[in-house]
Amino acid sequence: MLTLTDLRGSPTRRGRETLIRAMFLGAAAVSLVISALIVLTLVGRALDFISRVDIADLVSVGWLPRRGYFDIATIFFGTLVITAIGMVIATPLGLGAAIYLSEYASPRRRRVLKPIIELLAGIPSVVLGFYAIAVLAPAMVQPLCGSNSIFSMGAAGLGVGILITPLIASVAEDAMHAVPMSLREASYGLGARKRSTSLRVVLPAAVSGIVAALILGVSRGIGETMVVSIAAGAVGGSVFTVNPCLPGQTMTAAMTALATGSDQAQVGAELAVPSLFFVGLLLFAITLGLNLVSERFVRRVRKAY
Amino acid sequence: MTGRTAALRESPASEAVRRTLAGNKLQLGQIWFQGLLMAALIVALGVLVSLLLDVFERGGAMLAQRGVDFLTAGTSANPAIAGVGQGIFGSLVIVVMVLVFAFPVGIGAAIYIEEYARDTFLTRVLNAAVRNLAGVPAIVYGLLGLAVFVIILSSVTGGRSVIAGGFTMAALVMPIVVITTAESLRAVPRSIREAGFGVGATKWQVIRHHVLPYAAPGILTGSILTLSRAFGETAPLVLAGGVLGGFATRPGLGVVETLQGPYTALPLIVFNWARQPSDGFRQLSAAAIIVLLAIILLLNGAAIYLRSRFEKRW
Repeated sequence: MLTLTDLRGSPTRRGRETLIRAMFLGAAAVSLVISALIVLTLVGRALDFISRVDIADLVSVGWLPRRGYFDIATIFFGTLVITAIGMVIATPLGLGAAIYLSEYASPRRRRVLKPIIELLAGIPSVVLGFYAIAVLAPAMVQPLCGSNSIFSMGAAGLGVGILITPLIASVAEDAMHAVPMSLREASYGLGARKRSTSLRVVLPAAVSGIVAALILGVSRGIGETMVVSIAAGAVGGSVFTVNPCLPGQTMTAAMTALATGSDQAQVGAELAVPSLFFVGLLLFAITLGLNLVSERFVRRVRKAY
Repeated sequence: MTGRTAALRESPASEAVRRTLAGNKLQLGQIWFQGLLMAALIVALGVLVSLLLDVFERGGAMLAQRGVDFLTAGTSANPAIAGVGQGIFGSLVIVVMVLVFAFPVGIGAAIYIEEYARDTFLTRVLNAAVRNLAGVPAIVYGLLGLAVFVIILSSVTGGRSVIAGGFTMAALVMPIVVITTAESLRAVPRSIREAGFGVGATKWQVIRHHVLPYAAPGILTGSILTLSRAFGETAPLVLAGGVLGGFATRPGLGVVETLQGPYTALPLIVFNWARQPSDGFRQLSAAAIIVLLAIILLLNGAAIYLRSRFEKRW
């Protein structure tokens, strides 16, 4: 006679199952803890900075924490200039590579070329920072600008562009690859050529994914630190400038400069460390917003096909 | 037979039909466009090649000449004797801490999200948290490390120590581990699980004996890629107390004292040397990059190979 208790299985077995499940739940909860810690530390210390800083110093000649000038516009527009240069480089390169890989390359060529893109994506940003300052600055930026200094926002922007190209290429390629073959076949059936099919059928069909790729690129460019810290110069701070030929400061580079320089030891720089967290919160908010928007676009692709 | 088709192909009529179908024009636009697309790829590859060439040209000779000495020597203000020994040690400790802390937690979290979690509010919050954490810029984790591991937990970590750096890196890498693992788990078809349940296996038995073995290659590949990311990541360590200048490793310290003492990592050394204007440090920096890239490209290459080897289509 089979009873309900028999079907429940042995209590030890059920106990072990519950225990294992609880362990995994605990592991999953760690990411909630980390998220909470990030938000709490950033907000707490940023508030501390806001309450102690003279608000007038937030709008001044530049970002010179040593002297107590914390002009947000300087580092914000510095970030914008470098990210914009990066996107001007990375958008055609990344999308071009993506269209080629998805629409033109034979499966064999794709198998060889895609890993190379991935290898490029795996190169650490410090190394690209070195490349920007050792190769790109003397070869491209200095002749163009006619400047003597190897440090410039232009060189940093080029480096950031190289950094985000593989990211854009792989996300956009995924999106185009997901476009059903039937759409292409319909286009060919109407007599369209490969180029028209790629540009007028596949590209519009994958547009959400491509927009997501571009937004992710911008977000990555804004958050990029090492390339800018090495190649943009302005370690001690910077007055307001948007000229790509000049050294400049971004939000991220301002943070590493504060952490590495002798700023902590300076008199009148007691606000320097709290200001790190304020800039960090700003950066966190911007990238979080961009990532959420790009996720929306990605979800739209998934829904479509 | 073959003669007849050949004759057909050469006949003026078929030529005219072919021409009309091709639009009568040489497809210059098509070729031009394809060339443009290839150019984009070639530029990207060209960067990779010129980067490697430049680094070898600058640092290759020095690395070959100094050899093992460069790999073991400590940091120094004198470029002739400076080496990456302390950096390699620091990076290894960090990687081990990532392996010990981030991987089990990350894989466990992914198993919970994919296998156990039902579609509840908590699950959705959990998913959102993981995805957002993966998108947070690395330097923000440096702030977390500075505030939590360097300052608040200084009694455990010893302040600006490799333990603080390792925990910071583990926190950074954990969400990436969750995402790659969850992807591999998702790729295992439902039917495998149902077959397991059908013969009376418990949830954990199904996961342990059926799902995980199938997902293992994917998890392994993702893990290797993540590890190489941890090896090259610099920004968080700059904030989480990594030393950029030189420091002396005092001999005769115990394990705990060494781990709680000052530290540096291979990418931090590259960063520090790359900023120095002198030619000697440029060469050093290039040599350190060769070491760093050798490790990272090896790891990434292995991951890509493993993936293509074990790729499975259901």
